[in-house]
Amino acid sequence: MQHIKELLYKMADDLLVLGHRNSEWTGLGPILEEDIAFSSMAQDKIGHAQALFQILFELGEAEPDTNAFMREAKQFHNSQLVELPNDDYDFSTIRHFLFDHADQIRFNMLSESSFEPLAKVARKIKGEIKYHVFHADIWLVKLGNGTEESKARMQSTLNMAWNYALGIFEEGDFESPLQSENIFAGEKELQKRWLEAITPTIEKANLKIPSEADWNPVLGGRKGYHTEHLDQLVNEMSEVFRIEPNTEW
Amino acid sequence: MYGNAYIDPNEKPKSIIDGEDLIKLAEFEARIARGEKIEPKDWMPREYRKQLIRMIEQHAHSEIIGALPEGTWITRAPGFKRKLALMAKVQDEVGHAQLLYSAAETLGKSREAMINDLITGKSKYSNVFNYPAYTWADACIIAWLIDAGAIINQVANAKGSYGPYGRALDRICTEESFHLKYGHDNVVTLATGTPVQRKMVQEALTRWWPPIMHFFGPSDKISNHTEILMRWKVKMATNDDMRQQFLNMYVPKIWDLGLTVPDTNLKKNEETGLWDYTEPDWDEFKRVINGGGPCNAERLAVRRMAEEKGRWVRAALLQKDEKYVTPLA
Repeated sequence: MQHIKELLYKMADDLLVLGHRNSEWTGLGPILEEDIAFSSMAQDKIGHAQALFQILFELGEAEPDTNAFMREAKQFHNSQLVELPNDDYDFSTIRHFLFDHADQIRFNMLSESSFEPLAKVARKIKGEIKYHVFHADIWLVKLGNGTEESKARMQSTLNMAWNYALGIFEEGDFESPLQSENIFAGEKELQKRWLEAITPTIEKANLKIPSEADWNPVLGGRKGYHTEHLDQLVNEMSEVFRIEPNTEW
Repeated sequence: MYGNAYIDPNEKPKSIIDGEDLIKLAEFEARIARGEKIEPKDWMPREYRKQLIRMIEQHAHSEIIGALPEGTWITRAPGFKRKLALMAKVQDEVGHAQLLYSAAETLGKSREAMINDLITGKSKYSNVFNYPAYTWADACIIAWLIDAGAIINQVANAKGSYGPYGRALDRICTEESFHLKYGHDNVVTLATGTPVQRKMVQEALTRWWPPIMHFFGPSDKISNHTEILMRWKVKMATNDDMRQQFLNMYVPKIWDLGLTVPDTNLKKNEETGLWDYTEPDWDEFKRVINGGGPCNAERLAVRRMAEEKGRWVRAALLQKDEKYVTPLA
């Protein structure tokens, strides 16, 4: 069961942390419509995380609130990409684009998983992520073809975010049992499909994927190595819950 | 959520119908008396347009500024259920701003001009958002009682004569009624919870009571000005009427939870049927509305920062060969 738990933890933590980051745009978006869009995506992500923590609970882990709100940053399995601060809208958009394509493909793959509780959740979730990807693609193309400033920002941010995005596909210790039991086809396969999926949109946005010689995935997130930003995020997220962890709020 | 539009008491007392075409004015007033709605392309007196822009704009600003004190607690909300609900609630508020800016735009002022007037301090927003939300319980009290006040105000204004504003308010009120339930559920949980939670929610109520009493604005002087605005169905109820309605509906609910309202004079007067209360400190109200509150500077600074940081995004969206239509509301 350890292999399934590891898979669930990394997905749940990615979604919880990115949902949290997305929600930080509330009240601060560049236009009201984007404020609202990021809030919708935040709600979806947090909801998806909750569904995965629920499966973990059914597999014997702590109940979802305790699991999400009582762990320390070093116990989180998310990729470092999702924990970085929102910064400007260019970084948030690029991260949204790079992560959500991977997320969509992952859930598509998992919708046929032999582990039925996860397959069932994945079939529901993939219908929602479709809209996240749709939104990301529109904005990437729009800003990549906008003003000189927006073009320059998008390219330099893509360059900066790229190696963090490759960190999404950091392999765990259980790649082979996951594959042999037809639970999940693995991070390598996911990365391959991801690259195929994002390349045409990046071209339409007039942007360039950094040359392969410079690819240097930022690893460690899946094993609990994080930037100081995750500490801050986790402390803030659990600030109220930890006042009285065993009570209803 | 939103309080009553603030009308400057020092405004010149000249007649607000000076220079209007009296025949058109009589037709306009007859339409309103028949219960018809005024639509964007219809004739309307200058002052009607001006007051409505001011009201709707202040209302819209209140929605986005109001998202700031509550938004602070989204990232701290305890547990999945609260986190998801608060996100959805604050998202609604931003959505209300979007609806309202569109309604105000039908009267001829662009969203950009309105936001510019907000961040330069030229136009106001509801005074309550110039106070801080110190704890989670403050966010819960806001969601319950400030939204309750807003509903009273907005249900009244939804029956006003300007079509686009009324329609926006109908939708807003439906959503606000969920906020009220959300806020009430939160406050009930804290008030019936552990001693730490009960203390937290009582302190928040004590802190928020004066801003809540200020929320509906000072007593309206029944002037010629207010009389005309009420005849035109721009202003739908007096500030005191709304405050009384609020006290009547919510004080018993607060007491039911075992919470104490910090006003020893607060009681229902059996003879008049109205609530007696200690008159709020209106000097404090004026001081805060004119920029002297604990959070005025911070709220505007955050809004300015957001506008500044988003400028390049908006510039990239404007393509010179695209055509833009007038807003529909």
